[in-house]
Amino acid sequence: MSISIHMNPDLFKIRKDFPILDQKVNGKPFIYLDNAATSQRPQQVIDRMNEFSHRFNGNIHRATHFMANKTTEAFEESREMVRNYLNAVEPAEIIFTHGTTESINLVAFSFGEAFISKGDEVIVTEMEHHANIVPWQMMCERRGAGLKIVPFGDNGVLDLDQIDKLITDKTRILAVTHVSNTLGTVNPITEIIAKAHLKNVPVLIDGAQAAPHFSIDVQALDCDFYAFSGHKMYGPTGIGVLYGKRKWLDLMPPFLGGGEMIDRVTFSKTTYNEIPYKFEAGTPDYLGAIGLGAAIDYLNRQDKPMIERYERELLLESTLKLKQIDGLKIYGEAPEKAGVVSFNIDGIHPFDLGTLLDQMGIAVRTGRLCADPVMDHFGVENMVRASFAFYNTVEEIEALYIALIRLKAMF
Amino acid sequence: MTIDEIQQGIIEDFSAFEDWMDKYSLLIELGNELAPIDPKYKVESNQIRGCQSRVWLHQEFADGKITFEAESDALIVKGLVALLLKIYSNRTPHEILTSEPRFIDEIGLRQHLSPTRSNGLLAMVKQMKLYALAYEKISAKGN
Repeated sequence: MSISIHMNPDLFKIRKDFPILDQKVNGKPFIYLDNAATSQRPQQVIDRMNEFSHRFNGNIHRATHFMANKTTEAFEESREMVRNYLNAVEPAEIIFTHGTTESINLVAFSFGEAFISKGDEVIVTEMEHHANIVPWQMMCERRGAGLKIVPFGDNGVLDLDQIDKLITDKTRILAVTHVSNTLGTVNPITEIIAKAHLKNVPVLIDGAQAAPHFSIDVQALDCDFYAFSGHKMYGPTGIGVLYGKRKWLDLMPPFLGGGEMIDRVTFSKTTYNEIPYKFEAGTPDYLGAIGLGAAIDYLNRQDKPMIERYERELLLESTLKLKQIDGLKIYGEAPEKAGVVSFNIDGIHPFDLGTLLDQMGIAVRTGRLCADPVMDHFGVENMVRASFAFYNTVEEIEALYIALIRLKAMF
Repeated sequence: MTIDEIQQGIIEDFSAFEDWMDKYSLLIELGNELAPIDPKYKVESNQIRGCQSRVWLHQEFADGKITFEAESDALIVKGLVALLLKIYSNRTPHEILTSEPRFIDEIGLRQHLSPTRSNGLLAMVKQMKLYALAYEKISAKGN
């Protein structure tokens, strides 16, 4: 790991924190390059969740006993940690969900109910994950609204001029991904948000692929909603976050009905609780929230600028290496890109590549990457995607390169 | 030869290899050798959709036997498809319904039949059995 250590002096320590990385898969050293699908959890997160489970459990916000108080305290502490991580104004603007998908569904439903009616328009982009397309489509169908699409060029860069043209006085909201899960493009969301706000259009940012890699400041961005998942940022599955500005959340009706979200229930009328509880019906995954808090704590302890630099190096190195392979095409070469490289090799089906790489202990994602419109843009059925985290090494990228050369000879 | 005898042959062919790469090379070779399905059968209604690889399956029933033609866009899947055709094509519905493709497990490729592998292969075996079931019923009525 000499080259990697040079760029990331903490690498030994970091890799030791992730016990899953230190094992063999199919008899080969495990190389995990599917971080955009889900990231691995450090020991600190695993320990925090285990220790908590061993000693504490009580349903939050509902009882006066010791266990319920302890759990509530830890849950609300996590909310405060998320608030701090995003630099939100107040903890009430942080809603715990099951993940990015639920966060976006919540906004599409509740914002739609409050602010979208027949003939209105919603803008998304061509590079969105299905989770930032389908909830809007469902809402548009329900409310009789239309969906407008901002296209991207073959280099994977959004056509920003189109945004100006697409925003009209009928536009009610714009939803865009911070980082594309297929193309790796880091979208200029500050500029996009400014453009939209100029015409009084609120903006939702899908931050699933960004939150693990960049510092997020929702006040500086001035975004209206920001959604992300715990399991893509070294935390557990089943927990996610929706940040929303109070001015919107206060006016939006609840998404799900049930316990916790109510103020008072009678059979003639039910009044609702304050935010964030209004949007947290039922028993939330408080253990997941505590795990997410531990993941944030872990990230806060890292040298963030160094990690960002290192992840850029991994992207650069992998792009340079893979381009040396004859017949390999990379999809998405935006100047601002995160650690995601999607590609195909002429004449080899991605499924075959994924299957054979797995035999060599290398985990990549293959398939349609939950982004059919991106597949359609490039006229392909599937892609192979390698995605990196700060625990990956230059040597692992070298191993991927050598594996691909070896496999190419089999076809 | 019975289905089981053919399966035994396949298992022996594959057991000669210790290295996984040779095993997959043979599958790729089998995939490359498989005659392409008649383009007129490569249609949506014959497609068995997996998330990652597509499989097309066409069948005909004559003289009490079902003949299958099939193809996949992924070569490894195509190799496995070729093996499935070898054991199931040109067989009576009864033979198809009473034989499981145990060779896949025995040559160490069980992962390809697990329901988590969206490669269409499991769905293909199911579809072949459904055809067999349908033709068995038709034949029984005919008699």
